[in-house]
Amino acid sequence: MNDYIIKVENLVKRFGQLVAVDNISFTVAPGEIFGFLGPNGAGKTTTINILCTLSKPTSGQAMVNGFDVVRQQRQVRQSIGLVFQDPSLDERLTGLQNLHFHALAYHVPASVRKQRIEQVLRMMELWDKRHSGVRTYSGGMKRRLELARGLLHYPKVLFLDEPTLGLDPQTRNRIWEYILELRQSEGTTIFLTTHYMDEANKADRIAIIDYGKLVAMDTPERLKKIVGKDIISVKTDDDEKAAEEIRLRYQTEARRDSNGLTFEVSSGEKFLPAFIKEFDTKILSVSLRSPSLDDVFLKLTGRAIREEETSDVFKAMARQRGRRMRR
Amino acid sequence: MRMIGAIFLPLLFLFVFGSGLSSRMAMLSPEVNFAQFMFPGIIGMTVLMSSFMAGVSVVWDREFGFLKEVLVAPISRASVAAGKTLGAATVALIQGTVILLFAPLIGVSLSPWTVLGLLPLMFLLATAMGSFGVLLATRIRTIEAFQAVMQILMFPMIFLSGVFFPLQGVPTWMSIVTKLNPATYGITTIRQVILGASPDSPFGITLLGHTMSLWNNVAVLAVFGAIMILAAMRSFSTQD
Repeated sequence: MNDYIIKVENLVKRFGQLVAVDNISFTVAPGEIFGFLGPNGAGKTTTINILCTLSKPTSGQAMVNGFDVVRQQRQVRQSIGLVFQDPSLDERLTGLQNLHFHALAYHVPASVRKQRIEQVLRMMELWDKRHSGVRTYSGGMKRRLELARGLLHYPKVLFLDEPTLGLDPQTRNRIWEYILELRQSEGTTIFLTTHYMDEANKADRIAIIDYGKLVAMDTPERLKKIVGKDIISVKTDDDEKAAEEIRLRYQTEARRDSNGLTFEVSSGEKFLPAFIKEFDTKILSVSLRSPSLDDVFLKLTGRAIREEETSDVFKAMARQRGRRMRR
Repeated sequence: MRMIGAIFLPLLFLFVFGSGLSSRMAMLSPEVNFAQFMFPGIIGMTVLMSSFMAGVSVVWDREFGFLKEVLVAPISRASVAAGKTLGAATVALIQGTVILLFAPLIGVSLSPWTVLGLLPLMFLLATAMGSFGVLLATRIRTIEAFQAVMQILMFPMIFLSGVFFPLQGVPTWMSIVTKLNPATYGITTIRQVILGASPDSPFGITLLGHTMSLWNNVAVLAVFGAIMILAAMRSFSTQD
């Protein structure tokens, strides 16, 4: 057995002028939860599409479960499960029929087919709804059915492309419980893309991707050490004056946004009491937090990842609505 | 419901045009009036329109994302393309057969042998046209675009295949187009089977001075069908 289940070497994908994936290399260990983090259009989905044989690389190599994604497509496809960013269910069929089709397509032996379908449906709490048409399912139920389907043939690697995009927080948490449970029970390797920071935190390792390039790859904890320092957010009655005072007093540059000022200090707990006592500008509120992956992304790329979040949810909603109307 | 929708239009054509025009048009041959002439054409049209649904179903699957699930499954894509075609061809065959049931109302008499001969013929026409639909669908991304292509291709194919009028004595340009139209060979064959296939019957076609026999027509259709299904399977396998 190799010590990696996914191996990507110098992968490049061009669409005309646009370089969607720019010479990236990485490996994923069996049983690992590996997260791809980056804003929209960074190349996350393109990479997944190449790994799951839906798209051919312009150059470079990728192996999944020991099979080449270009030359051994059939074997790669048999090794993987997928939950796509956009729904990929047959809405005219029931939940059960969707799973039955999948079981046939993935050569799940007839002797265990029924039992496995029941198992995954119960795991995703969809057993009671199995005879209902998928078109009557809610967004969260559809995503759970897709997860159930992705697990049905016991894939070696489960690809999750933004698995919880546009879902409510409860459903997101539930889906995550299932994912972690699955890794525990089956040892499934999980490759996910996300731009939700709290989701990325659950991964064993994270690759941060921006404009098609890998800018960092490590455990969430070690990535946060790149920022290193604690982050102080402060609101004052005169932010301009406060920024000036911070510069003079602590030799550090504060960032201004609509929520006030933020700046970094090495040990926040000790810094804070002194800061409050000695600061001349009137402080309205102050808070201290450890660095998040958001801060890491900001530090590495100079841009915040979160700014796009709300508009994404709207986009996802608009997309679904568009589909429904076209029907 | 879809079934009723699919045979409604052909029946409308058959009874409205058939009854309306029969009395005003001269007999096309001693024993065939206009409705009877049109009847085999209507069967062919039903089969043709219905088999095109194979393509619609591919585009539909793409539009709703399900095609992705199919494309990433460890199954042969060529067999998926063939399956789409044969599935639609089966539905087309059933719909064609339903239209056949109306034969007595038109005054067309069918022997059991005629019906038995028609079944494989309808299936061949449906497979050929269904594959053509799938071939187009592999390169067309949206339902809207596919519908536009279908309108542009399907109606000329139907109108210029001899469904509604005999192909003898039409202007030269039209004669050339009808002979390039693969549907013509399907419609003509069905008509030859139902209304008789003697070489001097007025319903045959001549190609480059050669009067096409029933089997000649079947051969043309079969070759077209074979090319189409292979092209469809190939194109389906290489799409992404």
